[in-house]
Amino acid sequence: MIELLKLTKRYGDFTAVNGIDLVVPRGELFGFLGPNGAGKTTTLRMIAGILKPTSGTIRVAGVDMTADPITAKSKLGFIPDRPFIYEKLTGAEFLRFVAGLYDQQGDEVEHRARELLALFDLEEWRDELVESYSHGMRQKLIISSAFVHRPEVIVVDEPMVGLDPKAARILKDLFREYTNRGHTIIFSTHTLEVAESLCDRLAIIVHGEIKAYGTMSDLRRDLQGGERGLEEIFLRLTGENAARNLVDVLDA
Amino acid sequence: MPEARRASGSQPAVTVLPDPPLLHLLLPKWLTARSRTLQGEKGRGARFAVLGFVGFLFWAFVFGVLYRLLTYFRGVEEIGQLLAGKLLGLILLGFTSILLLSNVITALSSFFLAKDLDMLVSAPVDWLRLYGAKLLETVVASSWMVLLVSVPMFTAYGLVYDGGWLFPLLVVALMVPLFVIPAVVGSALTLTLVNIFPARRTRDILSVIAVLTAGGIVLLFRLIRPERLARPEGFRSLVDFIAVLRTPTSPLLPSEWVQKATMGFLNGEPDWLAVYLLWTTAAAAVVLGALLHRWLYLTGFSKAQESAQRFVRSGGALASLGRAVLSPFGVLRRELVLKELRLFFRDTTQWSQLILLAVLVVVYVFNIKYLPLRGEGITFFLVNVVPFLNLVLAGFVLASIAARFIFPGVSLEGRTLWLLRSSPMHVRDLLWAKFWVGTLPLLLLAVAIVGVTDYLLQVSEFMFFVSVASIVLLTFALSGLAIGFGTMFPQFETENAAQIPTSFGGLLYMMASVAVIGGVVILEARPVYGYLSAKAFGTAADPTEMVLGFGAAALLCIAATVVPIRMALTRLEAVER
Repeated sequence: MIELLKLTKRYGDFTAVNGIDLVVPRGELFGFLGPNGAGKTTTLRMIAGILKPTSGTIRVAGVDMTADPITAKSKLGFIPDRPFIYEKLTGAEFLRFVAGLYDQQGDEVEHRARELLALFDLEEWRDELVESYSHGMRQKLIISSAFVHRPEVIVVDEPMVGLDPKAARILKDLFREYTNRGHTIIFSTHTLEVAESLCDRLAIIVHGEIKAYGTMSDLRRDLQGGERGLEEIFLRLTGENAARNLVDVLDA
Repeated sequence: MPEARRASGSQPAVTVLPDPPLLHLLLPKWLTARSRTLQGEKGRGARFAVLGFVGFLFWAFVFGVLYRLLTYFRGVEEIGQLLAGKLLGLILLGFTSILLLSNVITALSSFFLAKDLDMLVSAPVDWLRLYGAKLLETVVASSWMVLLVSVPMFTAYGLVYDGGWLFPLLVVALMVPLFVIPAVVGSALTLTLVNIFPARRTRDILSVIAVLTAGGIVLLFRLIRPERLARPEGFRSLVDFIAVLRTPTSPLLPSEWVQKATMGFLNGEPDWLAVYLLWTTAAAAVVLGALLHRWLYLTGFSKAQESAQRFVRSGGALASLGRAVLSPFGVLRRELVLKELRLFFRDTTQWSQLILLAVLVVVYVFNIKYLPLRGEGITFFLVNVVPFLNLVLAGFVLASIAARFIFPGVSLEGRTLWLLRSSPMHVRDLLWAKFWVGTLPLLLLAVAIVGVTDYLLQVSEFMFFVSVASIVLLTFALSGLAIGFGTMFPQFETENAAQIPTSFGGLLYMMASVAVIGGVVILEARPVYGYLSAKAFGTAADPTEMVLGFGAAALLCIAATVVPIRMALTRLEAVER
């Protein structure tokens, strides 16, 4: 469903993503982990068609993003980490607008929008301008907008930022149910518990390269991690000495 | 972190509170400005060269006009000096009004809406330091434009009246309090308003008030027909005229004190009382402003965090009508157009500018109505050439409107580009929506302005057709250029739409627009002259000349519409955000 072949992104001399190969099949919930600045957001934004790769191929539902971006994007929904949306539209209008971008309209869209807003407790706010929404409410609205046109693939950058525990739980259930129905979700997160409990498979990216890739048991086996949790595996791959030096830092 | 230290003996612990100096609070602003200036951006040299050139032209123009006028005044016995003083007083009064308006609006941002406020208010910063830092920020942000205009103005006064080397120092000493007083008054006004309304609502109210006031001043100034005052023969006697000139415009305003001190110095009779009044008033204003700040700021700041919750019923008759009318264009384009319209009409800072626009049009038509085109010495040529030149002015009005409303369109999408870029939408659909939402109202306005003014001027049918057809084509060209330049020089990070047209790209757009308007008029001049000559002298007009001239003008307009939009398409496709 998502295929990345030798995907590379360079900004001048700096290589943000370096020849990533990755396949996320249909019906899978895939987690993308890595320290800050590792290249997660760049990769996800390339998959979403917002950034152009320097080289390599992206296929979404079998469609090449560079060769036929419109068809590829029609199968996608994207949830960014920063919830910037049109301040002067209401929640309902925003959802209707997003559906329109995917050439969808009518009773079905209205019904889905109502259901999604109700799911995230935004029903009472549907006719309020977005400018009066809190950060978390905007995030919920953007999440709803990614589901309103029923895409085959959803790309999510940091889904849990700003969500209250109830919404976070709903989102996890929604992700799981959506993939159970044969859709694909790839998301980046810093919440390792979420990744560990939710993802079918994971990739850990460091300095633009995938350092580990597979199910939790694959990761434990490959890294000889025994019964270690994801946190320890993550720290081992991304530099655990940072945690060890805390005493020096605080004594400085 | 507060640092505690134990004093010697049995003295209690002394807590030394952190005390960041006022300049430290302004450090981020200074560093930002410095790094912006030093940034080795591509094309920076060219940008500075163009800005420098345009700035120099502007200064030279202001200086040239004033220098000529003041030299003329200086040669006029008795009243020349009075006229120069009166002129300075009027200009300074204008400055003070502009400063007050701009300070009120700037203070709302700097004191209540700026992004650094959460950090500053939560930090152990003394209230007085915060007031001082923000007041200074407000003064700089709202006064720099007036400062730039006053440089050539005072230079002209200094040179014509032999001010000498002390004159620039005196001007600095006079202008500092003139900038400070409106800033204190403006921020105090904003502080009071924010304590009554939530900040967002206050911004809406202020923008409407500012626009209404500006519009009112322009309209009032035009309707009293000041050109009549330039004819002293209209007064009963010279004594009456001098009496009018001697009467101070507004004796209690700081602008009058600056005028008195300046003219007194230039005439060899320094008025130190005016200087004293300026500085004491500024000092008193700062003290009172600070006290008001101490009393009201925290409550106001807390209130400013409240959002103006707005309930909007979206299924109204207007929305249904919009949907029905736009349905032939497909779901995507319909939604894009509806979004554009909603965003525009729900943003007070945007639609309120329509009031100014209306004023501009009224003043324009009013000017045409009172043109002395009847009576002796007015030839057939003049009557028909004026509407032709009218095209230039109308084109300029339309370019300013396009700069205000169409040019910022793409920039305003900056923060939401992630949505548009990740959806299955061609960039051309977005530009299509922006182009037509901007062009159609502009087209209606263009045809109305030219139609009405042509009617008032009672031009010939030929000139009517030429001017209407030209303005239609020019409108498309001006919109195309606005979309093109707006996309090629985007201001994606700007939150304030009003600042976008004053950017470098905005300046280039205006220059390109003037070039296209000028090009069309030059290309059409020859065939129009040929036709009018033929009409006046009963000879035959040259059809080749007409086809070539009008054809080239039409081609220029079409190229100015299509080429920038194509460039914008390529540019927007390549944007990565």
